[in-house]
Amino acid sequence: MATTIHGTADAVPPAETAEVELYHPHSWITRYVFSQDAKVIAIQYSLTAIAIGFVALFLSWLMRLQLAFPGTLAFIDADSYYQYITMHGMIMVVYLLTALFLGGFGNYLIPLMVGARDMAFPYANMLSYWIYLLAVLVLVASFFMPGGPTGAGWTLYPPQAILANTPGQDWGIVLMLVSLALFIIGFTMGGLNYVVTVLQGRTRGMTLMRMPLTVWGIFTATVMALLAFPALFVGAVMMLFDRLLGTSFFMPAIVQMGEQLSYGGGSPILFQHLFWFFGHPEVYIVALPAFGIVSDLIATHARKNIFGYRMMVWAIVIIGALSFVVWAHHMYVSGMNPYFGFFFATTTLIIAVPTAIKVYNWVLTLWQGDIHFTPPMLFAIGFIVTFLNGGLTGMFLGNVVVDVPLSDTMFVVAHFHMVMGVAPIMVIFGAIYHWYPKITGRMFNDLLAKLHFWITFLGAYLIFFPMHYLGLLGVPRRYFEMGETAFVPASTVTLNEFITITALVVGAAQFLFLFNMFWSLRYGRPAGGNPWRATTLEWQTPETPPAHGNWGRELPVVYRWAYDYSVPGAAEDFIPQNQPPSPAEVRGTMT
Amino acid sequence: MLIAAVLVLIVLGSLLFHFLSPWWWTPIASNWAYIDTTLIVTFWITGAVFTAVVLFIAYCLLRFRHRPGRRAAYEPENRRLELILTVGTAVGVAAMLAPGLVVWARFIQVPEEAAEVEVVGQQWQWSFRLPGEDGQLGRADTRLITPESPLGLSAHDPRGQDDVIVEAADLHVPVGKPVKILLRSVDVLHDFYVPEFRAKMDMIPGAVTYFWLTPTRTGTFEILCAELCGVGHPYMRGVIVVDSESDYQAWLAEQITFAQLSTARQAADASP
Repeated sequence: MATTIHGTADAVPPAETAEVELYHPHSWITRYVFSQDAKVIAIQYSLTAIAIGFVALFLSWLMRLQLAFPGTLAFIDADSYYQYITMHGMIMVVYLLTALFLGGFGNYLIPLMVGARDMAFPYANMLSYWIYLLAVLVLVASFFMPGGPTGAGWTLYPPQAILANTPGQDWGIVLMLVSLALFIIGFTMGGLNYVVTVLQGRTRGMTLMRMPLTVWGIFTATVMALLAFPALFVGAVMMLFDRLLGTSFFMPAIVQMGEQLSYGGGSPILFQHLFWFFGHPEVYIVALPAFGIVSDLIATHARKNIFGYRMMVWAIVIIGALSFVVWAHHMYVSGMNPYFGFFFATTTLIIAVPTAIKVYNWVLTLWQGDIHFTPPMLFAIGFIVTFLNGGLTGMFLGNVVVDVPLSDTMFVVAHFHMVMGVAPIMVIFGAIYHWYPKITGRMFNDLLAKLHFWITFLGAYLIFFPMHYLGLLGVPRRYFEMGETAFVPASTVTLNEFITITALVVGAAQFLFLFNMFWSLRYGRPAGGNPWRATTLEWQTPETPPAHGNWGRELPVVYRWAYDYSVPGAAEDFIPQNQPPSPAEVRGTMT
Repeated sequence: MLIAAVLVLIVLGSLLFHFLSPWWWTPIASNWAYIDTTLIVTFWITGAVFTAVVLFIAYCLLRFRHRPGRRAAYEPENRRLELILTVGTAVGVAAMLAPGLVVWARFIQVPEEAAEVEVVGQQWQWSFRLPGEDGQLGRADTRLITPESPLGLSAHDPRGQDDVIVEAADLHVPVGKPVKILLRSVDVLHDFYVPEFRAKMDMIPGAVTYFWLTPTRTGTFEILCAELCGVGHPYMRGVIVVDSESDYQAWLAEQITFAQLSTARQAADASP
């Protein structure tokens, strides 16, 4: 068994599928706009996600300004504040993180890393992007509609999400729900592609247990997303009916501002179950690709095989499965049956074990490595620290009774930003810097990238670490202003100002990143095919950037696992996956 | 090199902040000191893990940084080490989970002698109801809300006639006696939250939720809403006063019953 992962001398099985006929573009439009090339689709996904991500960044500035300097900016009132937090949250979780990890990295890396020419269904893959773009445009349209976007909070809890007294009741909530439904339709087309390509499109020799962890992470996350997003789809459609047709799926009898509404018989808490049945797996839909990618960044830049590869694969799969039975830990104080608390606290804390194993194995990969402090490595280290921090505060919130005082406070805000905001974004930056030379053929500016890292990493930690203590004090989240509150000392104002100023600086630093990306496109030095001296297949393409079809005339054949770094006796400190075993390896004298 | 030093600084800075920062929980005013204890246990365990792992990373970064001629070791797996780490983690997790579940069992088992108090949330104010002399709360329903019955009490339920109605005013409870807080909302989700009590719970229209506590010291505490309930969410405040028994009885004597309230309102309607 051990030989299948890092042994090299075993036979290469025949290809499972025949060569595919690709649709080759005939014009600029079919090459760059309505492209069926997964790499072009990946870039389309990524640019769209990053663009809408900057909108979310801008919204976070506005809400931080309000929290630190209430009343200073006249145009921020309670309505607009709630619209900012809602749109910021939804954009970051769904339209940026999910789209970028799966639509962006998934599209670019899966075919290249498993040695395929393209995704299994290129046409559906193209449609996936265009429906995603439509979803983004519908979301953005809500900013320009009467009443503006919804201010229901990103969790969109009914009844308030569709009632008066919540901004965006007219158009905002309708467009939000329509946009989510579109996103899910688009994602499903892409997601089926990623799964089928991993299962069916691998090249000869690329067994499942030879796949890079990046592919394992994205693959598992996609399977989860295909199972979890339908719950949100159902919830969105039902709420849309409640809002537009007057049904009462989630709406009980309500008296609002002295007036009897015509709803009755529905269950608000049913929506919460549907939402979090999607929402918790969603955390891991973002985290698992990050886990996979960061494993490969660490192995490559520490010149060492990932420690405990098989354990890492199993941990990904187990986390993926367990994350479907922990959703109600978001609902400990929702008023659900309190006996659920025992079950969900137990499952939630159990999930900490495979997650901790992953952290240990990243750290143990550094042990006795040959660590190069490149920007991808720096961001990977930033990921481990912030993910560890955010994971540990999850031990507070997952443990039902400890959650009771902390729930709905700034502690929760700090926790989820650290664990599923900062940490995955560290990986996104690391990954972009890592694969930029392959995507563009040029190197980025190293100094700017390191500056970007230091400001982002230190700044993000300074923003979110102290924020936990506001929550411990009892400061609730989603407060437009705290006002005079006896238990909140005046010193918190200073802390809020510090957090806001840091957030402005960190936000501004993201323009360094953007500038670096565009500047290097033109002025970066040529990177060559494999600047990091990496083992995985995407670095072994005949052309850089890879052409349509990826591999030239012959598909690569895989002879070894993805982590043959610093193999004793080998001439180089890496052996590409498609390099046939040397005579010494075949004789078994090398390792 | 630099990053190793920075990681050490992050650990030291986080620990210093934890012990020196002025922001810490409010002095507790309920029996839920158990929750605070569990929280402290969690802080120690997670703090130790964070410190150990980050310092170990810093050491690795310093010790195994790239230098000319350096080559990494080749070690795909180490079953024994992986097993030790897995078991160690499981033990740490169990050490946090077990006391948590024990305290949760207490949290959800309301003592028999607990007095019932109903809290009714609406955008954006708090009202309250006490059982009156018969010790029972009468039937209430959102659909029965009228100007004469602002909390939706049924006019036909005799148990409700003596219920004490505290509409948009302060709630008083006696110190040292367990209280079961029944929570009801007439419009959207709210959450009854008093930081000093540690406990909180959402209020759901169409359902009655609850939690219980024993106030342990007298004083005046602010009630906040902890579940987004529309644009007025931050302004949905109320006051709960924990009284000595005599002060509580004096306050209770001044309150009006449902029967008195509805009669007075009907009279007001009849003579415009």
